[in-house]
Amino acid sequence: MWRWLHPYAKPEATYNLLQKFLPWFVALTLVTLVTGVIWGLAFAPGDYQQGDSYRIIFLHVPAAVFSMGAYMGMAIMGAVALIWQIKTAEWSIPAIAPVGAALTIVALLTGAIWGKPMWGTWWVWDARLTSELILLFLYVGVMALYFAFDDARTGAKAAAILSLVGVINLPIIHFSVEWWNTLHQGATITKFERPSIATSMLIPLVICLVGFAFLTVSLVIMRLKNEILRHELHRPWAQQKLEQD
Amino acid sequence: MAFDSFTDFVAMGGYGLYVWLSFFLSFVVLAGVALETLFAKRQLVKKSGQLQQRQQRLARRKASRAAVGDGNESKT
Repeated sequence: MWRWLHPYAKPEATYNLLQKFLPWFVALTLVTLVTGVIWGLAFAPGDYQQGDSYRIIFLHVPAAVFSMGAYMGMAIMGAVALIWQIKTAEWSIPAIAPVGAALTIVALLTGAIWGKPMWGTWWVWDARLTSELILLFLYVGVMALYFAFDDARTGAKAAAILSLVGVINLPIIHFSVEWWNTLHQGATITKFERPSIATSMLIPLVICLVGFAFLTVSLVIMRLKNEILRHELHRPWAQQKLEQD
Repeated sequence: MAFDSFTDFVAMGGYGLYVWLSFFLSFVVLAGVALETLFAKRQLVKKSGQLQQRQQRLARRKASRAAVGDGNESKT
């Protein structure tokens, strides 16, 4: 396996791999997101308690899940960058962080807009909402730290360390609804028993989750391609790639 | 279909403002990231072009200097 992975430490090899995968991920993103959103908005039944306001779930839950998923990916890349000093792993940090921050913003915005009609308030300082807000600050902090040094590799190292330290926030977000009394409802899908959501709502939600997964990966691939080119701009292969576009 | 008419669909059972606002804002944020990425790519294409022109210019100057001789050759 290591022999197979090793060539991808070379930026050009990683770039070619990303370029091969990107169109497929973009196509899968469009198909699944359009299907999931239309299904969720128009065809899933209304909720017996929340009426049609619950349809915000089809954005809120996937965005929240992958705001955390993207952070995990960024932290893993941070570890890889620190341990093996692989440059493409360092560059994936500024590729992932803005995507994760955008997903966190979407989760917070949709949550606030959903909270207004259901809880009667846009925002409360409860455990789930506050810890998700801290996730946004972590993303911003990682980005700021990455670009705060004159020497790019020092910045990458500092950002990688912060991203690893911030992993502690992920279980806090996940279990916040169990550890503290919060206004936010408990988990409905990731429980060990059967999910407590009707199948007619679960199917479009799962499609939206898959769609957001593909969207996250597509955006990260696009940004990582840019980062690789930015650092390899002086090399002939990168100039050739940019000429083709 | 969960709705009887298009008007019903837009109204979202009285929650139309909240549902459509959240979908609109989510689209704006995520499309914003995608557009910024595409814009950054275009900047890179431009920068690469400038870099290549500069390299060619330097190469040409070096070549013409070598051909004419600028007095810096070693006299042997």
